[in-house]
Amino acid sequence: MTSPARTPGVTSKQVAPGARVPNLLGPSFDESAPVRPPVAPAPPALRIEGVQKRFGTGPLVLDGIDLTIAPGEFVCLLGASGCGKSTLLNLIAGLDKATTGSIETPAEGSAVMFQESALMPWLSARRNVELALRLRGVPRRERRAKALALLDTVNLADAAEKRPHELSGGMRQRVALARALAQDRPVLLMDEPFAALDAITRDLLHEELERVWRATGRTIVFVTHNVREAARLGQRVVLLSSRPGRVVQEWRIAQTVGRRIESPEVAALSVEITDQLRKEIRRNAGENNAA
Amino acid sequence: MQVRTMPHETTTIDSTRIAARQAEDLRSLEAGLDRLQTDEDHRPSRWRAFWTSVVPPVLFVLFLLVVWQLYIVLADPRPDRAPSPAAVFAALAEGWESGRVQLAVATSLERGIVGFLIAIIVGTPIGLLLAEVRVLRRAIGPVISGLQVLPSVAWVPAAIIWFGLTDATVYFVILMGAIPSIVNGLIAGVDQVPPQLRRVGQVLGASRWQLATAVILPAALPGYLAGLKQGWAFSWRSLMAAEIIATGGSIGFGLGSMLQQSRELADLAGVLATILLILFIGILIELLFFGPLERRVLRGRGLLLSGGSR
Repeated sequence: MTSPARTPGVTSKQVAPGARVPNLLGPSFDESAPVRPPVAPAPPALRIEGVQKRFGTGPLVLDGIDLTIAPGEFVCLLGASGCGKSTLLNLIAGLDKATTGSIETPAEGSAVMFQESALMPWLSARRNVELALRLRGVPRRERRAKALALLDTVNLADAAEKRPHELSGGMRQRVALARALAQDRPVLLMDEPFAALDAITRDLLHEELERVWRATGRTIVFVTHNVREAARLGQRVVLLSSRPGRVVQEWRIAQTVGRRIESPEVAALSVEITDQLRKEIRRNAGENNAA
Repeated sequence: MQVRTMPHETTTIDSTRIAARQAEDLRSLEAGLDRLQTDEDHRPSRWRAFWTSVVPPVLFVLFLLVVWQLYIVLADPRPDRAPSPAAVFAALAEGWESGRVQLAVATSLERGIVGFLIAIIVGTPIGLLLAEVRVLRRAIGPVISGLQVLPSVAWVPAAIIWFGLTDATVYFVILMGAIPSIVNGLIAGVDQVPPQLRRVGQVLGASRWQLATAVILPAALPGYLAGLKQGWAFSWRSLMAAEIIATGGSIGFGLGSMLQQSRELADLAGVLATILLILFIGILIELLFFGPLERRVLRGRGLLLSGGSR
């Protein structure tokens, strides 16, 4: 295996196609960032084992996904179109059922955030958050104050009484984030939540999300097709191959404090991931030619 | 090569202070961006709304009256074939003095509104059921759409045979006219609910009932309102048709009956006055009830561009 220059502070492991590899990381490829000693095994927040998914009689969308995610981890699922990353997220969210394999999630379930904010257009920002509180069973008199506090964590206290159409795309996604936090679930699943935003707004929301993650200690599974975004946000980046979706490789980033989209270490990691991603995409061309 | 250490990792006190400052930076940055990306919603002033929405139709009606009067003056037709606006107004005034107009309006409005309310009560659950249960929809949907096309006057002869010349005949015809519209409107409204909103409801942990009442029904409101509006139009039309055809018996005296009576007396001024009255009531209900309701719902969802048409 020829491995390109490794990014400092990053460890990676490659998963042979089809092989079941125990969830251990290989040695660090650079001497400066030693692999962390194995911590006492806390029960994982999510455990996905041998998951396969096909829709009807169609081809396999996901094939043999194994993934264990520790509590409080920030994991980015990365892949090109057709890698089934959104499908995997829907399986974890319980919106769909796996064809085979098992998915263990916290009993409370998970909060989900989609690419579109999917706010109720007839409710103000505050009432959207209150809806989540109400469906969670929070008593009526506590909802208002809680909703306002949650909107304040995403810096939207001033816009609480606005309707979604009066808010910008970035503000809507922050309301959606507040709503997801209102669900008070240990796991937060995010399906390309910033894909439709402009670069400036997305950049700010990355900071916002990172801050919320550190403050709340949520386990976050973040699906994206944006390599830079994954390298900017993830503690772990999991690359999926396309058609069918398999885990190809994953990277662990030791140093997650102070990263920005323009940081050199983010850029270096992006280059490395992109190389691998392109290799995967090219493989598809080969298979097609062979067929 | 080594991992970059950030300057604020030197001491914990320093790092918390810097973290707080960074949070503050982010806050002001976001506030600035929010301000840039949203603009204030300016509604047109009341005066402007009056000027753009009330004045033009009034002017147009005045124009029609002038044309009508000019025709009478210039062409001088037989008054029993083409009464002047003044004659029509006189017929109306006469009817008002004798109390027939008030009676007819009250009777018709009461029937129209009661019939319409019953149609809502019957049509809404049917619409919800058909929208949510696919089998029922496949079976019953086409029949309902067909009923919507069938002129409800066609039911009058059957209704008279079933119920005789009673109010039941009138209500039956109203219901057959209004219910299909309300059902179809609600189905269309539910169909237009973005699937994403349902999924959000599911993810938020809504039960089936909560999903229907807190997500689907409010989301379907614009389509439902359109259905209600059409349902009212069908109620009102069916009512007039029923009142014209079925008179006598225990059926009260409505606007349709008044129309029929004027025809029997060959009183064209009276006929025209009644037609104008029926038209006027229809416009009034649209302007005072459905119009504002619809605008309010659409504006609340950002589906109505403020400023109106140019």
